[in-house]
Formats: sequence, structure tokens, C-alpha cells
Amino acid sequence: MSAPAIEITGLTKDYPVGFWRKRMRRSLDNLTLQVEEGEVFGFLGPNGAGKTTTLKLLTGLIFPTSGTARVRGRSIDDVRMHRDIGYLPEQPYFYDYLTARELLDYYARFSNYSATERRARVERFLELVGLTSAGNVQLRKFSKGMLQRAGIAQAILHDPPVVFLDEPMSGLDPIGRREVRDIIHDLKRQGRTVFFSTHILSDAEMLCDRVAVLAGGKLQGVGAPNEIVSVEISGMEILFELREGEPLPQALAKAVAIGPRYRLEVPESELYYTLDRLRGCEARILSITPVRPTLEDYFIRIVGREQTAVHAVEGMAR
Amino acid sequence: MSAMPGVVAVNTFREAVRDRVLYNLVLFALMMIGAAILVGQISLGIERLVIINLGLSAISIFGLVMAVFIGVGLVYKEIEKRTLYTLLAKPIRRSEFLVGKYGGLLLTLLVNTSFMTLGVGVALYYVGRPFVRADAWILVAVYFILLELALVTALALFFSCFSSPMLSALFTLGIYVTGIFASDIRGFGEFTNNEALKTATTVLYYLVPNFHNFNVISAVAHGEAVPVALIWQNTLYAVVYAGVVLIAASAVFSRRNLK
Repeated sequence: MSAPAIEITGLTKDYPVGFWRKRMRRSLDNLTLQVEEGEVFGFLGPNGAGKTTTLKLLTGLIFPTSGTARVRGRSIDDVRMHRDIGYLPEQPYFYDYLTARELLDYYARFSNYSATERRARVERFLELVGLTSAGNVQLRKFSKGMLQRAGIAQAILHDPPVVFLDEPMSGLDPIGRREVRDIIHDLKRQGRTVFFSTHILSDAEMLCDRVAVLAGGKLQGVGAPNEIVSVEISGMEILFELREGEPLPQALAKAVAIGPRYRLEVPESELYYTLDRLRGCEARILSITPVRPTLEDYFIRIVGREQTAVHAVEGMAR
Repeated sequence: MSAMPGVVAVNTFREAVRDRVLYNLVLFALMMIGAAILVGQISLGIERLVIINLGLSAISIFGLVMAVFIGVGLVYKEIEKRTLYTLLAKPIRRSEFLVGKYGGLLLTLLVNTSFMTLGVGVALYYVGRPFVRADAWILVAVYFILLELALVTALALFFSCFSSPMLSALFTLGIYVTGIFASDIRGFGEFTNNEALKTATTVLYYLVPNFHNFNVISAVAHGEAVPVALIWQNTLYAVVYAGVVLIAASAVFSRRNLK
């Protein structure tokens, strides 16, 4: 049986804080996680949750206080592990005196390609991220979005089986975000493992086979987006229109006007009663949709719980 | 041997060129032209001495400034600007990265020094003398300057692995000045009757690089030959010392968490 793409066991990272009297602050607490080959795995959490710390640990930029991690069976201490990974840091910054073409050529040199292969790859990946026309422009003249694209190109330039992306949609306009989503879909189609951190939950919901939610450095939950938010219906959403000049009946006062239409959310048990009311005033029913909790609801619940716990601990400490 | 340090070195050189570091050559050229014209008019028979002294001293000072002030930012800048994040995610060891950065700055210094040496040659030719056999020793003096710069660069790189550029520059220049006067400091210790001071100055003498041995500018300007043994001795000394400093830098940097 082949090794999992990413295997994290008890990974913990403490940082010293303070100048004279150094105290240790735990940034990541005993993270244990496994990501299978070919999975798109979303790493969710609010700012300061430990997402970037985890990615830095996995890419060897910082060293764990305790715990281990392996990528495709190789320890993160092993330099050969880096052949199998691509990494896009959060808000990447590159050598701004280089052009995009030179930057990719530079990074391609670390993969020992022949000059011809290197040139071909550079052109292919510039095109993939939509930077062909800006290939000879120095990076100091790039916008944030263009830098992000160059960053994605360097991360996947050598066809790594495992790709780590730290907030890949950050700084991108809607078209750019769509393009990054397409790239992640392509990577999945090619059988690569994508591990990306984000706080844009709709992206995670759209892209990920599984997600993990991190808050306060601790893992709060792992699973497929629809699994972890549960399939239980929390209500019914009715979209309707009234006849012209017809006032909104008192019984439907909770409905929210959206232009000429109304949106009303009711508990499932009150659906038929509400529909009778709507029929009574000859309303035109446009749609009835079950309301399920979103990943965002789950996220806010989890993060809120964690923050409440932190406040409680701080309160006790005082 | 891995090709990774070479890749980093070439990029470091490219950075120096694009950051217009080599523009100092223009200043140097202007200085040499000015000196050659001036010396030609006011010096009687000592034109060669003045041009060699001035030229080689300028090469040494310009090189020292470059080695210290670029050297102290070599690693620090990469960490501050976070350009190191994407690079260290590639299959390159931290020690290879350091050797690459070191090699890149040495290459920059080599190119810079070569052009400056050419400038000294042109100025010497201008002041009206055909080249003589003794002028070949100028090249040895330049070689010693390069060895000295290799040591200074290694020290600057070492400090830049864990300290801010300002402190690194202070430490490096401090060691440089101490290294120039290492023999005098040891001599001072031996004059005293204080055993502790004597031991301390002796330890300091062996600890800091002995830069005094690399300065043959005055001798060369007077047409004196440089002993071959000194060439070997200085080469070996510089290689071993810089090697040890780079190993120490690598040991420090390999354990460093990148914030």
C-alpha cells in the first residue's frame, strides 16, 4: 500500500514571545492529520489559527517543537521531500529585479531540466497563469494579483505530486479566483494532491474533497464539506411574488422583499401552513428550497466556540 | 557536487548587476583618470608609486564596502522580503543556499575588482611608463585583496544569518579592524605583566583573521617582489578560515526558524 500524500502526527509548534522574559506561545497544538493521494484538502481557520504555521512546518521553513510529518513517505527533514512538493506562500514576494520569465527559469533550474525543457515549461506555465504577455516585465511592476499568478506558476512548474497553497485566492479579482479554481481542478484531474489554506469558505466548499477546521492552533474537525456541516435541513426557503398592488398579509410579515419578490424562511413543520396562506392571497410561488447549514455556519460555530473558550480561560487567569 | 549553489550564485550576481552595484566602477574610473592626470603634472618620478598605492587602496576600500554592506544583507534581505520561502521549498539545502549567496557576492567582487585592476593598468600606462616585470606583482596584491574580501564576505554572511544588517556590519567591521591590528594587539599583551591580558590578546590574535598579512600594497608599489610562500600561506589561510566561517554560518542558519 502506498504512503499517504501527507501524514502529520502530533505536530506542535511553540514560539518564544517577549524580549527579556521569554514565554512560549503555542501556535500549533498536537495536529494529527492524514491527506490521501489525489485529494484536494482545504485547511480552514480564522487569522492566527495556525494554518500558515502548519504549511511552514510542512515545507521545512520552520521546525516543529514536537511531532513529525511525512510527505509521500518522506520526512519533512529530508531535502528529497522537496522534489515532491510545490509551495505558494501567503502574499508571495519574489526577486523584483527579475522578469516573470526569468523567475520561472530560475526556479526551474532547481529541478535539473535541460535548457530546452526548461524553456518549454516556462512558456507553458506562463500561459497557464495568463502571464505570457507580461513575461518580460520585471516583477517590481506587477500587481498583487499578477504576483499571485507568478507564485502559482512557480509552485507547479516542476509537476510536483503534492502542492501546498497558502491562501491562493488572496489578492485576486473574481476572474483570477476562477482561474485559480480551474488550476486546482486541473491539478486534481492530473491526480495531484492539493493542500490549501483559505478563509474563503465558498472556495473550499466548491473545491475540496475534505476540509479541516483549525482554531486557536487546534484541530476542530475534519471531513468532507457536506459531512461536517451535516445533511440535516434547518428550514425551508420560499421565494414568491404577490399580485400587483396586493399588500403583504400580516401572517407573512417575516418575508423579506427582494425587488418585486419576497423571500421567506420557515421551519419545515410550517411549510404547508405557509403555502396555504400564500395560496389564499394568490401569490405566485417561484421556488421552495430546503435550507442546509453551510460550511460558513459550521465554521462560525466552531470558531465562536473556540474564541469563547479562550475568553473564559483568559477570564479565569485574571 | 550539487549544481544548486551555482544557480543561487548566478542569481545573486544578477541581482547585484541589476541593483546597479557595479556603478561604483564609474566613480573608480573617474577617480583614476583624475589621479593619473594630476599625478602626471605634479609628481616627479613617483607617478608609478602614487598610482599603484592609490589604485590598490581604492580597490581594497571599494571592495571592502561592497563585501560588508552587500554581505550583511545577503541572507537578511531574503528573509525580510520572504523571497527565501519559495526558494527553500525547492530541493536545495540551506547550506547550499548559503554557499550560493557567498559565491554570488564573490563573483560580483571578482568582476568589480577585475575592472578596477584594468583601470589601474590604464592609469599606469597613461602616466608614461611601459609596463615592467615588477608590475606583475600588482596582480598578486590584487589577489590578496580578493582573498581578504573573501574572508570579510564570509564574516558578513555569518553575522547576517542571525543578526540585523546594522549589527552585522558593526561586527564585521569590528573584526576587520581588529584583524588589521591583530599583531599589534598581541604585541601589546606580551608587553604587559598581566597573564590574563596576555592570554586574551593571544586568543584574539588567533581568533580574528590576520588581515595584516594580506596587505602588500606598499611593497608592490615600491616594486618589491612578494614571497611565493606568502602567496601559498595566504591562500590556504583564507580558504580554511572562510570555510570554517561558512560551516559555522550553515550550522546557525540550518536551525533557524523563518518567521
